[in-house]
Amino acid sequence: MVNKPLVSIVSAGLSKFGRLDGKYCREIFADAAKEAYDRCPNLNPIKDIEALFVGHMGESYEHQGHTGPTLADWTGLLPKPAVRLESACASSGAALRTGILAILSGFYKVVMVGGVEKMTHRTTAEVTEFLAMASDMPFEQWHGITFPGLYALMATAHMHDYGTTEEQMARVAVKNHHNGTLNPKAHMQKEITVEKAMASKVIAWPLKLYDCSLITDGASCLILTHPDLAKKFTDAPVHVIGSGQASDAIGLYEREELTTLKAARLAGQEAYKMAGVEPKDLDVAEVHDCFTIAEIIAYEDLGFCSSGKGGNLIDEGTTELGGKLPVNPSGGLKSKGHPVGATGTAQAYEIYLQLTGQAEKRQVEEAEIGLSHNVGGSGATANVHIYRRD
Amino acid sequence: MSDNPPFTVSSFYKFVSEKRLMAAKCNECGTVLLPPKPMCTKCLSTNLKWIELEGAGKLLSYTVIYIAPEQFQSITPYTVGIVELQNGLRLPGMIRGVDPKEIRVGMDLKIDFDTSISSQWPAWPRYFFRPSKLPRSIIPF
Repeated sequence: MVNKPLVSIVSAGLSKFGRLDGKYCREIFADAAKEAYDRCPNLNPIKDIEALFVGHMGESYEHQGHTGPTLADWTGLLPKPAVRLESACASSGAALRTGILAILSGFYKVVMVGGVEKMTHRTTAEVTEFLAMASDMPFEQWHGITFPGLYALMATAHMHDYGTTEEQMARVAVKNHHNGTLNPKAHMQKEITVEKAMASKVIAWPLKLYDCSLITDGASCLILTHPDLAKKFTDAPVHVIGSGQASDAIGLYEREELTTLKAARLAGQEAYKMAGVEPKDLDVAEVHDCFTIAEIIAYEDLGFCSSGKGGNLIDEGTTELGGKLPVNPSGGLKSKGHPVGATGTAQAYEIYLQLTGQAEKRQVEEAEIGLSHNVGGSGATANVHIYRRD
Repeated sequence: MSDNPPFTVSSFYKFVSEKRLMAAKCNECGTVLLPPKPMCTKCLSTNLKWIELEGAGKLLSYTVIYIAPEQFQSITPYTVGIVELQNGLRLPGMIRGVDPKEIRVGMDLKIDFDTSISSQWPAWPRYFFRPSKLPRSIIPF
């Protein structure tokens, strides 16, 4: 039985994802906020929104810290309290969870949560260095282990232990690139083939260019309120019915296993239990495909299949649009793009569209229950949220 | 260096500069902490001692890095891996002295030390791994 809502999403916004030359975080986040404001005419943001929680990973990109009040200023929310949360690529998933806690505590009735990152104005070497900050400095960064390198270590272990193949990973990229062609806000909107993905340049073997998510600019936001107040603002809220989050060692080498993210498993279990749903009840999911192997591992960690069988799920087409459980209809981090701080609430935005029937060409028919899975770094943070339509 | 410096990462790397692989061991519950931590994360005791590890183990997983941050760009492509040492302890690091095509999960590796210290913060030396079965004389790099 599906449990009662924790909070309700009454509106959501997403900037265009891509290379947004000349715009920086504050302007990109304002684009997302404006969409959320316009989508919800019964809400007066200046009066109704009481606090802002925003995910943002890297002040290095723009030499700009203190992101909370900066974004509150550019979205008309001064003098409301505004706090930035940093959990690497899970920053805005953590902001969503913090917003849920803030509403449930009774402290606030309406909050905005979101995230933003501006990355494309930096060189690939600089972005590689900044992203590596999400890994363990003394034992990973210091020895030249890059962020793709960490997921490559997981991929090598998964291939060795379970026989997962480079072709299966390429098929994840092909699927998500196809979905991206159906999303006008996606960074990349072109089909690719398994052959093209397999032939792309090696980044960290066995991961090649098309196994990696994109360096992208973008922002996302959600407006949350108490379920009892939701109908005051909209006839079609989406309810958050489960929230889970867990931590693991910052260093991949300190984890119990290399082929699973324990934090994601724990976060998923917590969210499923809170929501009163099981994996078989899901109609649509957005998972953290920062690398193709990460989507395969997510299938296993979230109980879509058993350990080691993630590659089979992609082979069987189960997670394609039109399959039994479409995963990453938005195009995912792979094709929609991965502005790291924005990703968690961008996943929630896609689920919001899907559950309110607004996902246009990529709409999953009759979608009632959705899930988002947001991972920080190589898995030291993971949060999972489960949603249902009104 | 004395045998009882604080249980910090900096102390670990000071030992590396002496070509020693050292971990912290809890005197209360026996847990071995690698990396060393100032408190036992199993029983929360601060009653710890340093122990020296042999530094031999098996390769758990590896990757060959082609795209690297600036400070490593001059040596790409290079191989890194995670090695399982005695007692199940694990340590990541570069693997030198073996052609990437010859690397296999499960191969025997042992630790070695590059004690040259860069002037750049944090000015630590580096350990690395090399195959334990080849004579050192023919190993490139």
